[in-house]
Amino acid sequence: MNLSRLREDFPALHQRVHGKLLVYLDNAATSQKPKAVIDAISRYYAYDNANVHRGIHALAERATVAYEGARARIARFIGAPAPETVVFTKNASEAINMVAYAWGGVHVREGDVIVTTPMEHHSNLIPWQQLARRTRATLRYFGLTPDGRLDLSNLDQLIDERTRIVAVTHVSNVLGTVNPVRRIAQRAREVGAVCLVDGAQSVPHMPVNVQELDCDFLAFSGHKMCGPMGVGVLYGRPELLAQMEPFLFGGEMISKVTLEEATWKDAPHRFEAGTPNVGGVIGLGAAVEYLEAIGMENIWRHEVELSRYCIERMREAIPEVIIYGPEGERAGLVCFNVPGVHPHDLAQVLDRDGVAIRAGHHCAQPLMRLLGTPATARASTYLYNTKEEIDIFVSALIRAKEFFA
Amino acid sequence: MLEDLYRELIMDHYRHPQNRGRLENPTVQVELHNPLCGDELELQLIVKDDTVEDVRWTGQGCSISQSSASMMSQALKGMARDRALKLVANFQAMMHGEDFPYPEVELGDLEALSGVAKFPVRIKCALLAWEALSKALNQSES
Repeated sequence: MNLSRLREDFPALHQRVHGKLLVYLDNAATSQKPKAVIDAISRYYAYDNANVHRGIHALAERATVAYEGARARIARFIGAPAPETVVFTKNASEAINMVAYAWGGVHVREGDVIVTTPMEHHSNLIPWQQLARRTRATLRYFGLTPDGRLDLSNLDQLIDERTRIVAVTHVSNVLGTVNPVRRIAQRAREVGAVCLVDGAQSVPHMPVNVQELDCDFLAFSGHKMCGPMGVGVLYGRPELLAQMEPFLFGGEMISKVTLEEATWKDAPHRFEAGTPNVGGVIGLGAAVEYLEAIGMENIWRHEVELSRYCIERMREAIPEVIIYGPEGERAGLVCFNVPGVHPHDLAQVLDRDGVAIRAGHHCAQPLMRLLGTPATARASTYLYNTKEEIDIFVSALIRAKEFFA
Repeated sequence: MLEDLYRELIMDHYRHPQNRGRLENPTVQVELHNPLCGDELELQLIVKDDTVEDVRWTGQGCSISQSSASMMSQALKGMARDRALKLVANFQAMMHGEDFPYPEVELGDLEALSGVAKFPVRIKCALLAWEALSKALNQSES
């Protein structure tokens, strides 16, 4: 990867913040966008803007071809068997809610078990809490090992014959742990349960193939992978999508409507009621094209190396630093605390040095409680970050620590 | 500038918080969370004859939220309930860059926190203790 050339593609990276060159390390929250994506969206609005699917005119035709073309490209990107298995949503949260309502609402009953983990983002936790409440099902959680991995020692008891759905994150947005979702999905299949994988922190950063993972559902959002905000994806195994009733009702999703009743289109359109975010989907398609040209394997190797380097440098500079999550290979995000300095104060002082990090509970309050801290700071990388930027971040960290000493 | 936010007095209170702890027999107590950042604060008061006789607080949070609670607790001891409510209104006005509704009630040391108003995301940190105080005073009315 030629980083200096690649960085040229991202206008937002070349700016000064408080007089300092921006060092953007908040990628787990959202990534910056390459020109190719920004241009694809503005080209669509400038020349091809029309509503999709039913228009009999040139612009509608172009918009529909671009919209469905993006679907096919995104399906290929995640190794999905067909474009029809990719449903566009507004974000990963909506994708997960769709499964909790449209699949869970039908298949989960009183006495059934929903299995999830304490390292979920709230978006893959609360929909299941609510489903359990509505259906009087039981919520069951994986244990965590002391180094921040899922405890698989009781997998067969945890996921048992009463289990209907297993919802698990592929990569933790706090610990950087890469979970063995293939093994978990296989256990789910053994007992006839379905497995939903939250790919919000994996799909942008590593090769993900739904057929290799053998999962039933995969949810992710576009804005964390160089795409625009407002577009997410739900992949669903074709036979499951075919059984699912719609989640939202209205235009675009119907087949035949009378005053008394209506029938639905097939998947994926039955799950896309109303005018979709056509410009956003086209932008996400352009983002996938951009990422594919660089190569997901290259991006993953780059980020694994950056996080290794980052942790090493942090420990050298501040020996008392607390770093959360496993040792060894982990995703390009590091949650940490500097004793005596609240993460908010750290983030504030780093901001004055042009370094953007995140501080807080990272939408994972139960995990924070397990880690014994109300909040952490988090530095998270993407394909365009450099070791020089890590050095700037670590120097800023030392200054911040001295400021509060 | 960063120095506007982290004034010396604020850092003093952060390093040496005043009235931190718990009371044995509070007449009112309020627990608040800032869902944005996970900060927690418990405020206890002894309000008798419409006067705040004693105050303690515990919690976890950033330097701004902790020093704000500490300075508030210092200002509060022995203060009449009415005056304390006016102090809350003045402090809130300072955070939102508005004129003091009760100019006769002076903020004193608390003005060291005025710089927070320039850092919009931190205003909630400074206000957490005051939100708890406002609730506590309103509860202690009856």
